[in-house]
Formats: sequence, structure tokens, C-alpha cells
Amino acid sequence: MKYWTLSEADIDRIAIGCGILGTGGGGSTYHGLLRAKALLREGKRIRMVRPADMAPDAQILGIGGIGAPTVGIEKIPEGSEGVRLLNALERHLGRKVDAVLGDEVGGGNGIAPMLTAAMVDLPVVDADGMGRAFPEVQMTTFFIHGQAVQPAALADADGNVLVVTDATTPKMLEKLLRASTIAMGCTALMTTAPMSGDFVRRFGVPHTTSQAWSLGDAVMNARAGKEDPVEAILKQSGGVRLMRGKVTDISRRVMAGFTRGKLTVAGLDADAGRTLTVDIQNEYLIAREGEEIITMVPDLICIVDSETGRAIGTEELRYGLRIDVLSMPAPVLLRSEIALASVGPRAFGYDFDFVPMGVSADAPAVPHYKEDA
Amino acid sequence: MLRIGVDVGGTNTDAALLRGTEVLATVKSSTTADVTSGVSAAIRTVLAEAGVSAGAVNGVMIGTTHFLNAIVEGRHLEKVGILRLCGAATRSLPPMIDWPDTLRPIVDGGAALVGGGVNYDGSEIAPLDDVAIRAACRDWRARGISAVAICSVFALVDPKMENDAAEIVAEEMPGAAISLSHRVGRTGLLPRENATILNASLHTLGRDTVGAFRAAFAALGLTCPLYLTQNDGTLMAAEFAERYPVFTIASGPTNSMRGAAFLTGLSDAAVIDIGGTTTDIGMLVAGFPRTRSEGAEIGGVPTNFRVPDVYSFGLGGGSIVRPGSSSTIGPDSVGFRLPEKALCFGGDTLTATDIAVSAGLVDLGERDRLSRITPEFAQQMLAQMKASIETVLDRMKPSADPIPAILVGGGSVLVEGLLEGTSVSLKPDHFGSANAIGAAIAQVSGEVDSVVSLEGTTRERALESIVAEARARAVEAGADAETTTLAEIEETPLAYLPGNAVRVAAKVIGELRA
Repeated sequence: MKYWTLSEADIDRIAIGCGILGTGGGGSTYHGLLRAKALLREGKRIRMVRPADMAPDAQILGIGGIGAPTVGIEKIPEGSEGVRLLNALERHLGRKVDAVLGDEVGGGNGIAPMLTAAMVDLPVVDADGMGRAFPEVQMTTFFIHGQAVQPAALADADGNVLVVTDATTPKMLEKLLRASTIAMGCTALMTTAPMSGDFVRRFGVPHTTSQAWSLGDAVMNARAGKEDPVEAILKQSGGVRLMRGKVTDISRRVMAGFTRGKLTVAGLDADAGRTLTVDIQNEYLIAREGEEIITMVPDLICIVDSETGRAIGTEELRYGLRIDVLSMPAPVLLRSEIALASVGPRAFGYDFDFVPMGVSADAPAVPHYKEDA
Repeated sequence: MLRIGVDVGGTNTDAALLRGTEVLATVKSSTTADVTSGVSAAIRTVLAEAGVSAGAVNGVMIGTTHFLNAIVEGRHLEKVGILRLCGAATRSLPPMIDWPDTLRPIVDGGAALVGGGVNYDGSEIAPLDDVAIRAACRDWRARGISAVAICSVFALVDPKMENDAAEIVAEEMPGAAISLSHRVGRTGLLPRENATILNASLHTLGRDTVGAFRAAFAALGLTCPLYLTQNDGTLMAAEFAERYPVFTIASGPTNSMRGAAFLTGLSDAAVIDIGGTTTDIGMLVAGFPRTRSEGAEIGGVPTNFRVPDVYSFGLGGGSIVRPGSSSTIGPDSVGFRLPEKALCFGGDTLTATDIAVSAGLVDLGERDRLSRITPEFAQQMLAQMKASIETVLDRMKPSADPIPAILVGGGSVLVEGLLEGTSVSLKPDHFGSANAIGAAIAQVSGEVDSVVSLEGTTRERALESIVAEARARAVEAGADAETTTLAEIEETPLAYLPGNAVRVAAKVIGELRA
């Protein structure tokens, strides 16, 4: 079996990349980065494995945080939430789990599965169910392609564990988990039903940890070489710059628990005189210039600091920030008709159909995978 | 009202004496190793120059980088016992996890993670663990530790646990200096805890420094209150500063920018502060410095203090000039050794000041010594300096539209004429002492940043209570309650949850109480 064993330098790169792929949401990667490095220093290991290398009947669990990022920066995890989740689900299933993965590569959830994996020495599959961040649990390529709704589980820092043995629909599962998360103080770790190696190989977005690493590597190399990190991101991702500008207006309101808002960006430099607006529903969803829609969900709209290439989350937006608005094609699996029903513009309440921006291509695995010694 | 503003920089100590809004005198002297004797000398000179007696002065306002330097250099810091009130939560990231390896062992006096803390809605995570707190205190006391930082999860939602824990610590460790996180930082456990630990670590230095100022001022015959300027350009009374020295860490650039606003009457402008070694460029928005979106790192320690968004680069009066096929200016500087190193003073190093003297922009030293600088070379170097400022200015500006620029600091003599991208480039009177003037005119503020649950209350009532708390803090810091106004209020709904919780940050500003 070939593995990619992560170093602290790899964690730095992956954290930057997960931030960019967070499309404004998914929460900060900072705590995950600190925890992952602390675990490596304790002698634990984090091993990535490619989806194609997993045994077809392997049992894989998706792990990720659920809750409000603003709460998560105060009530930080206890550390063994993931271990308690695994134990609870293994007890329920009556068998061991072979690997874990993240349902969502974007933001802090791109690192979350690695922390549990390091503690119990399980490999992490280099794939996820979004290739970005989405606001709701059922918005994964796994649920879109029929992942079982049960069992699922939730664990908090205080020691509470909840196992959902039955839920009628993925949407109902999302409701149950979110309501319980509030009872747990608005921050918890969750897992959805186990998936087979074959299922993940077919319906996971492949090599998204590799993709995050490559984006982060490009940014760090550009910073070290005093080159433009935003250009480096574009070159690495195959995306385009929609605008370089500054934030001139940000309006936010909460509707049904989700932050909705609109960002207005006035162009600078070569883009002077242009104005771009971006619709926000926790993530950046739709980019418009005037009436014309340029990029729409599920294609990625990523906003980064013009100088450093650091991803800017929706909660960080402030008047005067100098930013670059980037557009990257969504992974192939998100652009299918069946996927668009769950994650296309209409799924977010818009009255228009998806028009792609750019050509989809799945990310390759990094060349760091080596035969296990 | 007679006020003296003093700004203590790494090289120079500036002082300014103001009557109301009139600048009576300014003076620049050298910073001394003990800080206080340089401040005393500057105050004595400025009083003599204006012919004002010390007894007539109503207030002295000091901006100092003393505490920042202590952290950066890892000197004069004391070990801190760290008490985190958290129950089981937060243990994956223990205190000081993101400190630099050089500073951590200097400050780390041992951490105790004990029962306590609240959730975002104020409900208890775990009851306060009295027994564990007392055990930790006995251990710290046995090891000679006398500074304690207390940080509770969601202390800004409910500070009661921190206050209760402080009472227990005070019982077990009589005379200990206790820093409470809800008084020091904003929402975000790690950066707030870091700031609280830094504050506790500076406690003895804070007490000693303020004590030395008091003694020196008594010797000068000053009987008025003493204030220190903090990160946002507002003042805190000396007794408050003794307990919260960490609030002074970014006051330098803020004072310059506030002084520039005062001297020109402009509230929206670029401020270009050219010193001996560096040029700092920042933006004034509504009379205050624009702040950075990320929290400040102090000596490599992440905190969530809001500090001015200032771009600093190596250009100043002492910058070393190297002629060649592509001549360079800086980024290295002779710094405070300018009076012995520069050619015009008989030294052996060609500096930016020599260029300015040779071009006739300023009369310093002996111009005869600069005969080998050709007028063409001087003009070329001046143009190069101007272009480097213009490049940074362009990055900092909010838009491509021309804006006013204010040049301050002793090195401003290096720049002549209109800068590109500006509508007007002003060099006001007293430009060399804008930092001290900014300290003299400072107001007083109080800030709160908290998460509030709207269950069982209305949004209006919740906001009111936050603003009232900010107002109370402003008054505690020395503001005249009658003059307090709400300067900033920022409401951020919490994403991904159907609950009714919002994060509210409020800042109240008022005039100094007479």
C-alpha cells in the first residue's frame, strides 16, 4: 500500500489550501493546524492514502466539525471527540473502521479527520465529498449518490455522544444533527454512515488534500520568492481572477440560521472602474458584474488577500480590505445533473440554471505517495 | 487646559506642550536606557521653552514602546501561572501552544486547566473547581510565582467565573498580580489568553515604570494626573496602565497619525511618518487609523488586538546611500548614530540626510563636506526616495482617487513637492513632533467584544447592555461620562446555526475628565 506521511511543513501547505477551497466558509484552519502539528510532535503519524488504493470493501467514515465557527474559536475541542465517535459507531456497527476522510475539504474540516486519524493511527483518504465547502451535511457527492442516512453520530467536548440510528432523509439527518449541536453548545464533531472503499473511489471528489497541498505550496513558494501569491494560486488551480479590488460594502443578515449577505467590490489597478457583487450564504455563491452572472455555485468563488494570498472568510470581510476574487471550476462530480439538483443555484433558492465557468478537471495526487516501509 | 504629550521611541523622545489646541512648544531629545530620565529632560526643556511652570500643567500623556520592547527582547518579563476555566473543553490546544519557542520558557510558570467556563448562551460548561484552583495556587506560590492569568471560555459572555476565580487566587496568593481575560481581549480563546498572559508577565515592569514616572514627575514639580496612550490612540489613567501595560504595545504609529490629523484638521488622509530608520505609511479614516483585519502578533505571540494597518519599510534620515550603476537607499540605517556617522557631521557614511542637505532641503551640519555629491546625483536619489514612498502609498490607498497626504516625522525633510496619487502633500508646522502632539490630544475609550444570545431578550436591550458596559469601561479609564459617545458598533450574526446569537463589538469614546 502506498501512503503519504505528512510532515509539519505539509500541514502548513494543506491549511493554506483548505482555506482557499473553503470559498469563504468552513471555518478557520488555524486550530486544526496547531493540533495536527502538536500530534506529530507527540510522535503520532498522519498517513494519507489515495482512494484508488483502498480495498473495495474497506469501511471508511467521514468526519468533520459542525456548528458555528465563531463559537469554535472560544470553545475549542477537548481532543478525543473523534475517538469517542469512532468507538460509538464501531460498537453500533459491530466492526472496525479501516480509514477516515473529510466530507468537506474546505476550511477547518479539511484537517479535522487527520486529527482523529492520528490518535487512532488510521489512514486518511485523499478525497472528500465537496471539493470545497457547503453549508449543509447532505450537500456531499456521497449523499447525492446514495450514501446511507444512518448510522450517524455526534460528539461534543464535554463527553456527550449521540448516535442517530434512523433518519428518514439526508435533509432530516441534517436537521437532527444541527438541533443537537445547538444543545451541545453550538460546536461538535460529527460522522455520517460508513462508506465502502469502492463507493468512495467512485463518488468521492478525488485528491482534494493533494489539491489543497499544491495550492498551499504555490502560495508559500511565491511568498518566499517575493512573487505574487495570487498569480501562483491561479496558475496552480486553473482558475481565473474575476477582479482585484477593495471591499466597499458588506451587508449581512441571518435567515433561518444561515448568514446571507452581499459583498460589493470596487476594482483597483487594471480593474479600476469595475464593480463586482458576490452573494453570500455562509459561502460565496454567486458573482455578478452588473446584471451579468459570471460565476455561480457549485463553481468555486474564492476570495484572498491581494498581498499575501491568504483566504478571506465571509465573517472576516470588512470595508476597505484589498482582495482578489477568484473563480475556479467545480470538480467534475459536482457538475452532473443529479449533483446540481442538490448543490446548483436552484438548491440555494435561485431561479436560474447552472452555467459553468471554465473546464472541470479532477486534481492529481501529489507525487509524495510511497510504498509503506 | 495645559497638556504635555510625550512619545518615547527607540531613538528619540519627543515632547509637546499644548494649551487647548495651540501648540506652545515642541522638543526632541535622545531616548535613555532608563526611559524616565529622557522623558524628564524632554519635559523640563519643553516647559522652559514655553515659559510655563510645572504646577500649571493639567495632564501628562505618555506614549511608550517600553513594554513592546520588553516582549520583543524577552527581558524584564516575569513567569506567569495560567488558569484556564474550561472543564473538559479546549484541552486539545493547551495554553501558549502558539508561542515562539524562545519566549515560552521565559514566561511559562505552569498552566492549570480546571473546571469552569460557560457556553455561548451563558450556560455552565462545568462548575468552578475551587479545589483545583487552590492546589494550582499553592504550587505556584511554592515556586515563587506572583503573576496569574485567568481565562475562561466565553468570559465575554459571562465574566462571573473569572471574577470568582480571582477571589480564590487572591486568598491563596496574597499580593499576586491577577490579569483577567475578559478585561484584556476579544472573542477568541487562544489570542485572548495570550494577551492576558503577556499582560500578567508585564505586571512588575508596569508597576515599576509607572512608579518611576510618578517619582520623576514629582521631582519636576508636576502635580497633575499621568496617562499612558494605548493601541487605539486613546488614553488610560496611570493606575489603570499599571494593571494593563499590554494595551500600550501599538501606541507609537497611532499617536503619529492622530497628531497628523490634529495638525492639519484632516480626518481622511494618508499619513507618511518618516523617521531615522523607517517610513510608516497608514491611513486615517474619520480621524482614526485604519486597523488591520488580522489581530496583532506581539513578539511572535498571536493576539487579537486591533492595531493600525501600517506599512513599514526601510527609508529614513539615517538610511545608508550606496552609489553605483543602480544606486540604493537603505533599507539599513545608521539609526541613532546619525550625528556621528553622516558625512555632513564629519562621519564616513553617505546617508539620506546628506542627500537632503546637499540639495538644500535642510540646513544641517556642514554642507562643505558634501562637495563630492553632484547635484544630478542628489536629484536622482531624491526622486528614487519619492518613488519608493509613492509605490507603497498606492498599495495603501482605498482607491485610485487622489487623496491628501500628511508628512510627519523628522525624516520628512527628504520629500519635497506633491507625491503622485495625492491631491495635496502637507508638511504641517511641528511635523517632527506629530507623535507627541497625538499623545497630548488623546481621548479616552472603553471597548467590549462579546457574543450575546437573544433568547429571552430583545436585540435592542442586548445591544444597550453592551454599549453600557463599554461606557462604564471608558469612564473607569478616565473619560468624562457627559462626553462619551458610541464610536463603533459591529454586529456579526453567527453562521451555520438557527439560534439567535450575535457577536457584538462596541467602542465608546469620551473626552478626558478634567
